[in-house]
Amino acid sequence: MDCENCHQRPATLHLTNYINGEKTEIHVCQHCAIEKGYIEGDDETYTIHDLLSGLFNFNTPMAKKPEPQTSSQQELTCPHCNMSYLQFAKTGKFGCSHCYQTFKDHLNPLFRRIHSGNTEHIGKIPKRQYVHLQKKRQIQDYREQLKQLIAQEAFEEAAKLRDKIKALEQASELNRDEEGE
Amino acid sequence: MIMSLQSFIEKAISPWMQEDGPDHDIVLSTRIRLARNFTDVPFPIMADEDSLKIVSNWIQDHFNQKTFAEGKKLEYISMRDLQALEKRALVEKHLISPYLIEREKESGVLLTNDEQVSVMINEEDHIRLQLYFPGLQLERGLEEAFKFDDWLEEKIDYAFDEKRGYLTSCPTNVGTGLRASVMMHLPALTLTQKMNKMVPAINQLGLVVRGLYGEGSEAVGNIYQISNQVTLGRSESDIIDDLHGVVNQMIERERYARKLLVEQSELRLEDRIYRSYGTLKYSRIIESKEAAKCLSDLRLGIDVGYLTHLSKSILNELMVLTQPAFLQQYAQQSLTAKQRDIKRAAIIRERLGLEE
Ligand SMILES: [Zn+2]
Ligand SMILES: [Zn+2]
Repeated sequence: MDCENCHQRPATLHLTNYINGEKTEIHVCQHCAIEKGYIEGDDETYTIHDLLSGLFNFNTPMAKKPEPQTSSQQELTCPHCNMSYLQFAKTGKFGCSHCYQTFKDHLNPLFRRIHSGNTEHIGKIPKRQYVHLQKKRQIQDYREQLKQLIAQEAFEEAAKLRDKIKALEQASELNRDEEGE
Repeated sequence: MIMSLQSFIEKAISPWMQEDGPDHDIVLSTRIRLARNFTDVPFPIMADEDSLKIVSNWIQDHFNQKTFAEGKKLEYISMRDLQALEKRALVEKHLISPYLIEREKESGVLLTNDEQVSVMINEEDHIRLQLYFPGLQLERGLEEAFKFDDWLEEKIDYAFDEKRGYLTSCPTNVGTGLRASVMMHLPALTLTQKMNKMVPAINQLGLVVRGLYGEGSEAVGNIYQISNQVTLGRSESDIIDDLHGVVNQMIERERYARKLLVEQSELRLEDRIYRSYGTLKYSRIIESKEAAKCLSDLRLGIDVGYLTHLSKSILNELMVLTQPAFLQQYAQQSLTAKQRDIKRAAIIRERLGLEE
């Protein structure tokens, strides 16, 4: 398939745009995608338009004017880095870690769109800073395993795992009241 | 000049690339990238010079000249200390991104002497750590990246949120901050027009395929980079598993397509490969695109067994050496496009001559 913009290079990028809820496919080469502003140079793989259309409902990929917004959105500014909501929507970048809190009411739809419907992290946790959270997750994981072991009637292993969970819970003094259920 | 800087810039092939990795007939390399930020320092996009200095000073104080593991001593290089051409050379080796050198602020890179680890400082995020492996090594890559990340975290308070995970400047990286990429040589799938059909299907799985090298980053030289797009709501190992699954399928299809090519058009394929060999061996002027195409043919020729006396490491070296900044580095002077094409041909002739 050739790039639908330059018709010279092969289309290596196949982007999906949602315009007013309608799905459109765009097939372009990397070069044209960057030129047209669908994607950023080098490492970024999302489409800027995808991002912005979620925030502003742009009508066409090339439209410049956002639709009217509520004044509260426009005034929303991060107290830590001074990034305004408008600036965030324009650049598609957060200004600091506190922006996530500042703009929190607008983020779920955006994250869902970028991350296949996901809004919450389930991966790695900083080892040194979040010891407590790690234990919590570990206990959750063990509980899941325990359920499976019981379902499989692997009672000996289940008992071992239960002891492990107990020890962890005592160590972190978490969820003590749920013990021994 | 910093002593080790010389080798970072002058040697076209990174030490870690010297050995063949798993599935090296198709996979050139694996890269694991994690995006991280300092808590309570604005991200580079909103940070002033002083804030960025807090980050770069902290990094230098805690990690410059420190040893992470055996043979992994880190060296900090400030972008300020590099000439334009030297920066380009680091980009051509994929040790830093073009974006890092576009930023004229306080930015730099921590490199290990084997060039396997590269930590970009004050790029789009405060920290972008990248680890490289020859061949297909996603699981090992993730494991080592985690180790390195833990080691950094002993000295850095990361911006992290229980709900959103690692907080990054771009919403496309939030959560794990992980971008795992596999660089693949897919000449048979490209030649038989199969890539066009496969790419949309791969995209549907939340993975991205991009061409690599060449001016507009089209798939010059039949080299593609496949990476994950989703970073939030999936664990790192699940992300890696998905990518691995797709890459394995592509490897199988490429191998099958190569087998068919050899069986069905043996003489034509052999002819094509030897013509490319002839072009590289004897041409006096060669553009980067033609060079990349011929090098791809040579690589295929080695992998299907037509060319037995050539080593692939020389091809890896030539892929980087024939890029504009490296050519000029090699020539010790700046060159026009036309002069580069002449120099490129000369270097290729010389390198292939060494292999005879
Ligand atoms: Zn195009
Ligand atoms: Zn902010």
